[in-house]
Amino acid sequence: MANDLSRRRVLGLGLAAGAAICLAPGLPRAVWALDVGQARGLIDDVVNEINRVINSGESEAAMLTQFEALFVRYADVPVIARSVLGPAGRQASPEQISGFTTAFQGYISRRYGRRFREFIGGRIEVGDARAVKSYYEVITTAFLQGESPFEVRFHVSDKSGRLLFFNIIIEGVNMLASARTEIGAMLDRQGGNLDALIAELQRT
Amino acid sequence: MAFSDLSFSAVRRCLTPLISAAGLTCVAVAGCSAPPLPAVTPDPYEARNRSVHGFNKTLDQTVVRPSAFGYGGVAPGPLRSGIQNISLNLGLPSDIVNSLLQARPGAALENTVRLAVNTTIGIGGVFDPATAMGIEGEPTGYGETLHVWGMAEGNYVEVPLIGPSTDRDALGLVMDIFLDPLRFTLPTVEANVSTGVQILAGLGRRYRYSDTIDSILYDSADSYAQLKLLYLQNRRFQLGQTVENDADFVDPYEDIYGQ
Repeated sequence: MANDLSRRRVLGLGLAAGAAICLAPGLPRAVWALDVGQARGLIDDVVNEINRVINSGESEAAMLTQFEALFVRYADVPVIARSVLGPAGRQASPEQISGFTTAFQGYISRRYGRRFREFIGGRIEVGDARAVKSYYEVITTAFLQGESPFEVRFHVSDKSGRLLFFNIIIEGVNMLASARTEIGAMLDRQGGNLDALIAELQRT
Repeated sequence: MAFSDLSFSAVRRCLTPLISAAGLTCVAVAGCSAPPLPAVTPDPYEARNRSVHGFNKTLDQTVVRPSAFGYGGVAPGPLRSGIQNISLNLGLPSDIVNSLLQARPGAALENTVRLAVNTTIGIGGVFDPATAMGIEGEPTGYGETLHVWGMAEGNYVEVPLIGPSTDRDALGLVMDIFLDPLRFTLPTVEANVSTGVQILAGLGRRYRYSDTIDSILYDSADSYAQLKLLYLQNRRFQLGQTVENDADFVDPYEDIYGQ
């Protein structure tokens, strides 16, 4: 019952947002082009912030905190968390969803933040941006010390009402899919108990 | 060597095996379009794959990883990168043959110039002046050739000692080993040295990317599923099968707002 209600409300919000976009003055095509530029601008900001952090020379712990702040500011964390949780989210209460979102946010920043060690002394450059299906894709190139450059794509959407990124594709590897696999396996290990999963994410 | 090519930042090097290719008759099949990706990735070998995965992890823990750290601790960085360069250089004859088999004369030419530059100015491939000159080469192998010829990737396979692969890439790997032009040209002693270099280079990569490899193998809730996903997505990317074709892609906004 509660689930149905909240789902309908979310659906309503989505429709309202959709209607607002459709009815907005100005030709869709012009808006589209403008939005590609805005999506690229968002990733410009993200990349500048990442470059600043990885070259700041701060302690790893300080960097992890900053990565979490960047993640919260520029990524659509609630949507990412819901997507990663998958079907298990449909039976969850709103409290469980928000508990999971917070725990997931910390977990992902710690897990992937540590990987950013490899980025220290490197840089990311923003290249092309384009509209794909219902979202925008911004293509960047990472230059790491002693490595050949490689491609990192950010997927950006404004469906939440703000322009935020919701996925990162590193040389074809879809981080949303990777996180979904990982969280799914952790949930299985907890016998499908979402509260136990939340507790585990807080510990990890 | 298992998993030595897997890395967060260099997953792309995944099993571009360093050996391969010979004077096969070049049936001009090139031009075949890439086979379509399956809608869902099937895994009919999962049970056997998982047991091989367990074996590979044990092998990594007991032999490969400790050897890699032994090698990394003893050999200084420049020595390790020299070994890695030689190993890449030894792979070039095979890259050239495969570029030709794939009807990619530009790539064949680039690989040939790279081989010439690094073997001479780079003193037998120890140094890599070609990259500094912008000649980065186009690493390839029989797996890619089979793909270009129209063979579908088949099922996911985890190969003992080697790691993640597919039916097609596993066949490519066997061809890489047995059809390496160097196999037919190098005298026995040199061939053995070449094998030794490849093993050291593999250990060097296991050492260099240890953070990432360790995190995938030992920090994942299901390292088999994680490795499979990383390998398949990255491999399709390498072969130019773009993200839009990715059957795994789900729009998270559709999940929530759509249905």
